[in-house]
Formats: sequence, C-alpha cells, structure tokens
Amino acid sequence: MPQLEQIHTFLGQIFWLFVTFGFLYIVLWKAALPRVSTILQERQERIDEDLRKAEEFKQEADDAIAAYEKLVADARSQAQAVLREANVALAADAAARQDALTARIKADVAEAEARIDKARTEALDNIQTVAVEVAQAATTRLIGKDVSADNAEAAVAAAMRERG
Amino acid sequence: MATDTHGGEQHSPLAQFEIKELVPIEIGGHNISFSNSALMMVITITLILLLMMLGTRKRAMVPGRWQALAELCYEFVANLIRDTVGNEGRKYFPFIFSIFMFILIGNMLGMVPYSFTFTSHIAVTFAMAMVVFIGVTILGFAKHGIKFFTFFVPPGVPVWMWPLMIPIEIISYLSRPVSLAMRLFANMLAGHTLLKVFAGFVPALGAAGVLPLAFVGALTGLELLIAFLQAYVFAILTCLYINDALHLH
Repeated sequence: MPQLEQIHTFLGQIFWLFVTFGFLYIVLWKAALPRVSTILQERQERIDEDLRKAEEFKQEADDAIAAYEKLVADARSQAQAVLREANVALAADAAARQDALTARIKADVAEAEARIDKARTEALDNIQTVAVEVAQAATTRLIGKDVSADNAEAAVAAAMRERG
Repeated sequence: MATDTHGGEQHSPLAQFEIKELVPIEIGGHNISFSNSALMMVITITLILLLMMLGTRKRAMVPGRWQALAELCYEFVANLIRDTVGNEGRKYFPFIFSIFMFILIGNMLGMVPYSFTFTSHIAVTFAMAMVVFIGVTILGFAKHGIKFFTFFVPPGVPVWMWPLMIPIEIISYLSRPVSLAMRLFANMLAGHTLLKVFAGFVPALGAAGVLPLAFVGALTGLELLIAFLQAYVFAILTCLYINDALHLH
C-alpha cells in the first residue's frame, strides 16, 4: 500500500498540506469569509429595513383609510343634517305658504261674499222698483186705473215682507 | 515515475494511490518534493478560493449562481457550528470552514478519473487530525487551565469507579485523532479501491462486463455521497471537540 510504503513522501505531503491549507485558511479568514459575512449581513439589514418600511407604509395606509372613513362618515352625517334642516325649512315654508294662501282665500271669500251680499241687496232694491213699475203697469193694463207710485210701493213692500 | 517497489504492479487497484514526485525539492536534507498530492491540494484551494473570492466579487444583493453557491457553503458551515458549539463557535468558523471545504473539494476532485485523492493518504489525514487534536487541547487548557483535567472525570460516576473510568476517558481522548484520521483515510481508500477493482472486471468479463459497469456507476454515486459525508463528519467532529474543550462535557 503506497500510503504506508512511501514513507519518504510523508514529510512532503505534510509540508504541502500545511502550505496549501495555511494559505487557504488565511485567505478565507482575512478576505473571503468577512466578505460573505458582510454580504449576508447587508442583505439581512436590507430585508429588515424593507420590512420595517413596509410596516410603516401599512400603518400609514391604515391611518389614511381610517381618516378617509372618518371623513366619509362625517360627510354623511353632515349631509343628513343638511337634509334634515332643508326638510324642516321646506316644511316651514310650505306651512307659511299654506297659511298665506288660506288667509288670501279667506279674504277673497269674504270679499266675494260681501260683493254677493251687496249685489243681492242691490238686486232686491231693483226688484222692488221693477215690481212697483210692473205692478203699476199691470194694474193699468188690467183695470185701466192708474195706481200711484206710493200705493204700489207700499203694496209691493207688503207682499215682499209676506214672502220673506 | 513509479518507484521500484511498484514497477511491476501498475494496474493494481492500489497503484492509483501512488505518490509521484513532480518537482523534486530538498531543503536541509528533507524531501519536500512537489508531488501529485501537492498538485491536487493546490488545485483544491484554487477552486475554493475562486468560488469564495470570484463568486462573491460583485457583492450582489440578489446573488448570482456562484455567489449563491458560496453563500450556501458559508451558511451550511455556519449552521453546523451554531448547532454544535453555539455562538462561542463563531471564532472557529474560518478554521472549520477551511477544513470542511478543503476535505470536501479534495474528496470530490478525487472522484475525477485519473486524478489523485490526497485525503486517501494517512499522512495527510493524520496531520489534519493532529492539528485539530492539538489545537483543541490547547484551547481547552487556555480556557480552563488545570481544570481541563476534570474533563477526564465523567460526571455522576462514583469515586471508587474513577481508577477505571479516568484511564478509559484518557484513552478515548487520545484516540480521537487516530479515529478522525483513520475514518477519512479508510473511507477514501476503500471507496477508490473498490471502484478500481470493479472497473477492472469490466474488460475482463467481456459482454457480461455491463454488470460490474452498472455497479461502478452506482458505486460512483455512493462515493460522491461519501466524499461529502466524510468532509461533513470531519467538520462536525471538530466542532464537537471544540465544544468539549469550551464546555468540558
């Protein structure tokens, strides 16, 4: 077995083992591994930082959503208040108009009634005059006798009183 | 290039483990020639450093393929240490990472046909195990001073059992580097030898050679798994030894 027979090569093998391994160890220790370590650390920091930022942004978004929702709720309640006020105002306005209209109608009715009364009175007066003339004319025609205006008037008045 | 003792058995399943000196170097009478083993070590650390340095060159926030692989290796070993040693293990991360990657890539490169597996040599695995063993022992003494010896006294054992238990504990502690080295060495040796043996059956059996060929295919998959597993086991045991040295049980 060469491993046990070539004893004269042992020193050489061990020498080159120490040389190569020592070189490998020093370069890895001083240069390569710190670099990998830095890379990994930086990446971890970057990931942590990004996660932190994402958390922040999420918080901001949540705040914005809350603010928006508050705004919407406020606007809605405000709109409802305005609506309610408008309803009240409209109702008051309608009531006022109604009242005014009613008053005007009442006044109109009263006025019309007064006019009707007056017209009736006038008509009644006229009827009396006409009735007197008719009565005079009819009497003249029927019996050929003239009736004085005073007598006719008295008779008509009596008749009218009788009829109400 | 084969040495005299192996001249006649070039096709033996063990020939693949032969150390071939590529550039003879001798310093102060010591033979430290640059061999095929040393070449594979150089290729291994070059690949690791290319991956870890070039892969992370852009320092991208969103990693590309190579950077993702580098980060995957980093996090795999980091989790391994966190699970076994905890936060105090961070200091030993570069060492564990180096040893894990070194063994893993060395094992994997050994799976490439005609390459060489430096982890299949007891000299290499034992040297690595001794580095871990001595390092961990020094760590234990540095951390606890003389109290480190209480590590050899299992908790909850009655005093009259101590003369029996303490030698057992000391032997088990001293056998750590042996088992650590033998496990990796034997796994690599056995796997590669088996592959070679079955591969040798393929031409020998002619048409029936498809059977060993299929077996070699399946065995290659298994060996890839073992290549990873042994690197993982070496790294995790190193972590556990460090944990023992830090916490004494």
